[in-house]
Amino acid sequence: MTLLRLRTLSKTFEREPVLDAVSLDVEEGSILCLLGPSGCGKTTLLRIIAGLEIPDTGTVYFDDRDMATVAPHLRNFGMMFQEFALFPHKNVLGNITFGLKMQKRPRREIRARAKEMLSLVGLEGYARRNVSELSGGERQRVALARTLAPNPRLVLLDEPLGALDKALRERLLLEMRDILKKVGVTTIFVTHDQTEAFAIADTVVVMDRGRIEQTDTPENLYAHPATASVALFLGFHNLVRGRIEAAGTMSTDLGILRLAEHGVPTGRDVMALIRPDGARIREASDQPDEGKTIISGVVKNCLFKGRNYHLELQTGTGQVLAFDISNESRPADPGQLIELILSPEAVVVMTDSLVEPFT
Amino acid sequence: MEAPREVILPGDGFFYFSEEVIPMNRRILTVLILAVSLSSLTGCSRENTTPGIETITVMTHDSFSISEGVVADIEKDLGIKIRFLKSGDAGAALNQAILSRANPLADIFYGVDNTFMSRALEADIFVAYESPLLSSIDDSLKLDRANRLLPVDYSDVCLNYDKAWFREKATSPPARLEDLIRPEYKGLTVVENPATSSPGLAFLLATIGHFGQEGYLEFWKQLRQNDVLVTDGWEDAYWGQFSAASKGNRPIVVSYASSPPAEVHFSEKPLDDAPTAAVLGPGTAFRQIEFVGIIKGTANVELARKVVDFMLGRKFQEDIPLQMFVFPANTSAQLPPVFERYARLAEEPVLIDPELIAKRRSAWIDSWTEAVLR
Amino acid sequence: MLIAGIPLGFLAVFYFYPLMKIFALSFMPEGTLSLVDLHGLVSTSYYLKTLWFTTWQAALSTILTLVVALPGAYVFARLRFPGKTLLQSLTAIPFVLPSVVVAAAFHALLGPNGVVNTWLMNGFGLETPPIQLNHTIWFILMAHVFYNYTVIIRIVGGAWSRMQSSLTEAANMLGASPWTAFRKVTLPLLFPSICAASLLVFIFCFSSFGVILILGGPRYATIEVEIYRQAVHIFNLPMAAALSLVQICFTFLFLWVYTWLQRRTTVALYPESRRITQKRPTTIRDRCILGANITIMALLLGTPLLALVIQSFTAGDGFSLVFYRALLENPSQSIFFIPPVQAIGYSIGFALIALILSLIIGLLAATFLSQEKSRAASLLDPLFMLPLATSAVTLGFGYIIALDKPPLNLRTSILLVPLAHTLVAYPFVVRSVLPALRSMPKSLRESAVLLGASPVQTWIHVVMPIIRRAIIVGAVFAFTISIGEFGATVFVARPQTPTIPLAIYRFLGQPGALNYGQAMAMSTLLMLVTAAGFLFLEKIRMSHEGEF
Repeated sequence: MTLLRLRTLSKTFEREPVLDAVSLDVEEGSILCLLGPSGCGKTTLLRIIAGLEIPDTGTVYFDDRDMATVAPHLRNFGMMFQEFALFPHKNVLGNITFGLKMQKRPRREIRARAKEMLSLVGLEGYARRNVSELSGGERQRVALARTLAPNPRLVLLDEPLGALDKALRERLLLEMRDILKKVGVTTIFVTHDQTEAFAIADTVVVMDRGRIEQTDTPENLYAHPATASVALFLGFHNLVRGRIEAAGTMSTDLGILRLAEHGVPTGRDVMALIRPDGARIREASDQPDEGKTIISGVVKNCLFKGRNYHLELQTGTGQVLAFDISNESRPADPGQLIELILSPEAVVVMTDSLVEPFT
Repeated sequence: MEAPREVILPGDGFFYFSEEVIPMNRRILTVLILAVSLSSLTGCSRENTTPGIETITVMTHDSFSISEGVVADIEKDLGIKIRFLKSGDAGAALNQAILSRANPLADIFYGVDNTFMSRALEADIFVAYESPLLSSIDDSLKLDRANRLLPVDYSDVCLNYDKAWFREKATSPPARLEDLIRPEYKGLTVVENPATSSPGLAFLLATIGHFGQEGYLEFWKQLRQNDVLVTDGWEDAYWGQFSAASKGNRPIVVSYASSPPAEVHFSEKPLDDAPTAAVLGPGTAFRQIEFVGIIKGTANVELARKVVDFMLGRKFQEDIPLQMFVFPANTSAQLPPVFERYARLAEEPVLIDPELIAKRRSAWIDSWTEAVLR
Repeated sequence: MLIAGIPLGFLAVFYFYPLMKIFALSFMPEGTLSLVDLHGLVSTSYYLKTLWFTTWQAALSTILTLVVALPGAYVFARLRFPGKTLLQSLTAIPFVLPSVVVAAAFHALLGPNGVVNTWLMNGFGLETPPIQLNHTIWFILMAHVFYNYTVIIRIVGGAWSRMQSSLTEAANMLGASPWTAFRKVTLPLLFPSICAASLLVFIFCFSSFGVILILGGPRYATIEVEIYRQAVHIFNLPMAAALSLVQICFTFLFLWVYTWLQRRTTVALYPESRRITQKRPTTIRDRCILGANITIMALLLGTPLLALVIQSFTAGDGFSLVFYRALLENPSQSIFFIPPVQAIGYSIGFALIALILSLIIGLLAATFLSQEKSRAASLLDPLFMLPLATSAVTLGFGYIIALDKPPLNLRTSILLVPLAHTLVAYPFVVRSVLPALRSMPKSLRESAVLLGASPVQTWIHVVMPIIRRAIIVGAVFAFTISIGEFGATVFVARPQTPTIPLAIYRFLGQPGALNYGQAMAMSTLLMLVTAAGFLFLEKIRMSHEGEF
């Protein structure tokens, strides 16, 4: 069931468009992640959902109800901020029970709920601690417990791990996913870190310059970035421009690239990305080149990375492509001319080629 | 270090360790503050009005005072309530009376003096009243022929000196204004700025009366050469610079003829002799006369007249000296012993036509400022 | 917007409306614009010189106050030492003392026959007193520092104690010397509150009246003094009004620049508990700073106050309670006699009402200003501060002609006293609360809202507790300003309900040692009331200190 529907939301700050006609559906019980570089509008979108910002145009439907007239404190959404925003004048318990007290729940219930929350986040015994005595990870967990305590129907997390160091982040990420799934609450999670997004989300929404670029599961997103900006954001830098031709090929400056299955009509100008892990060095022992895509170029750099070699290849057009070559192959030295064989699966045609790549 | 405690305490005690206690205190505090302020407010407004009894409002300046008994008498005699409004010093009070003439604040104004008189009459805020008691008031005090302003008290602004200082230095105290510019009086005098102080203006008028409009500036220039100190108000001159009343080093000050008796009267221990004396020779003092008038537009002209009569009558007039340390205008009023003994009136005080004062005052003050301060 | 409506309404009724009325009457006495009385304003350089003097003495006073008081702010914000609260309450006392009394105290100390000069003359066999401060600019500057010391201490000290000590520690760890850390980290972060405090001091000195009149003597005049002179003694109402306008415009200009500066410099910081930021003075540096500060305070603030207290207990040659006893007697049976307890009662009553009104108006105004980012707000901010710098006599005259008809027939109402006090006091609440509000991270409020707290609940449960320290500072100022206010009170108070400063002036109006002694005794009581009020408000704060 679709719990949250966003329709053509737009927002402009000081004449700068921040959101441009964004529409999105969020399924009940799912964890959806808004992923994008800073300034892409993801936080603004989150704040509009929360009711902290008012969109210039567009509507937020929650449970089929237009939320425009519902004040933020009456929405029963939970939101967690990057810096946690724990109340410094209240202790851990005071923070966790705050929302329940605002709802004027009976004391008995508040008490039970607080205990439940503390154990959910693994902070039993911390009730009387002062906020300033907590470590970063503890603060994060208190913030999560505080957000979940009033039983929100939607949880909004704004870079909830941004303020923590890397090791802690990875540990808490899994913990948080467990907790959110255990509670079963619908969650929207904002981050600029794709690892975080892939680890926690059921659905990832990639945003750029105020628009949604792609909505997909983490796996699909990774396998088939729909636009150049998504590809670049995910770390794919081998982008080529070309034209789809009949017989499953694409003509580019690099030559004819053989493609796997794709749904793009013949004759269309598109962009494609070449996966860095889809190539191997052409050996003398290889079969004749029938039906294979070959790219040749000069080795710019070759780094041994343990499991593989990171190879930078300057092609005839001057474009530099990066590849991860299996460590079974012999390394090539810089300056050497080599040829690589690309598997058809390594070439991913991006369905929306109109978007210029950003760098 | 405190060991982490179990979260859940039995019973409601659970709630008493966080923020619940504080709003409680705060509420009590708020109630307390509100209660105190409300009670003080109602306490303040208690004396407002009693229904059925007419109220006469008297507007006056800060220095006005009168005894409780006298007010009680008049209230009983006339069956009214008297309310006093004080509105700053004499100038500020008069100005407010003038500003509010469209919708008067009071029925009677007490304390226009002869330096402000013309302005008051020009503003036309008083109605004439021929009080029968005018007959017992010296004619020299009656400056308004139309009797819109009736003389009620007077005092002489003059030099005061520190008796002990002159005794100690074996110098003779000043007797005339001319003495002040003699070399042996260098650095001894403090006067008030006529632009900001009413005795200051009165003393300037005394010098104008004595030396004439042509000669007074020359006197002041020489006084400046003789290191005269100018203060902006009487308080600073008397309490800040006058050697008899402060840690100051000026044994001569411009004050009132009634200041010596006040020194005796307001002494913390009984005195046989005043520590200060007034210089009262001919042409050394300016007579400041205070007037009372009925404000135009009062709804109670009849009652207001009766109150003015009372103010000019013996009972009120005899109360004046010890309340305000000025002389009563009514010649039949008996002076209190301390006045009889220590208070002297100036011989031949300077009197200047109020109209001339009104016309020239700004120019005189400007020239004085130019000569003495710049 | 409702939040802005209440303070704006208050301003409109009790400030702008009376002011407009008096301006209209002054410039258009017959209904048409007439400016003949104003030729003096431009024809001589006198007023230009007055404006220049007003400005530079205010600037110099502000700088001096900052130099003297900033170390004090550090001491009170960062160090813990016995007697601190008491000492802090003493700094608030000068703020309420009438200028005549302060002048008397300074004269007793530094006058030609004062303690110091007598001592120096005897000690060094001098013929003339070596210290000649009477009617000099130095006396004015000293008095301004004396009066405004507490403003810097309270406002800058408040911000300093909120600041995380880890910030300077981090700077130290990065290789910054303590002085560099102070310059590069502490000072920029304190800048908004230093600006706020300096502005208040500047405006106070800019519109200084009593100090200039009494300590400076007639050679010095600020615009405020000139307004009084023109309005009350020369009856040139148009000139007084024109000068008031000049004063208001200049103040608005300063305020506008300041507001702009403050908006640009405020950084959101997570507030930290005082328990963590304060430490005992263990290093030699801290001990030196503390020692130097206590010495400065003792000399600058302590001795004049002590001189007053001693004078109130000295009759003839020895100790005596005669002046205090006299306060309770009414030998002349004056109808205006007020037992000291009653005067104290009225003062406290007015002060509490003014405090509550100032808090309501000030907090609403500050909340509005902290949320609003539009251009309108940047104009409203200085507007809210204007009453602080408006001549009491102009406004007093405005009340007389403006508030004369129902429902605003308040000219003779007792309420006018706390209302007038509120007008001067609430800007202090705004200035002490606004930096705290601005430096509070927005996410704290938003968290509360998303946890289901209504705007009011958010304010009560989150905003107020977090900025409580700043609120208390504002409350202390509102209280002390009301207790000590004289210029406006003298116009609007009823004779039967005088405040303590009015009672003091009454005693000083007539000659006689007893009058002077009673004035000193009353001043001592005023100090006591102020200190007690301060300690009471401090106690409220301390009782919550454990939480945050």
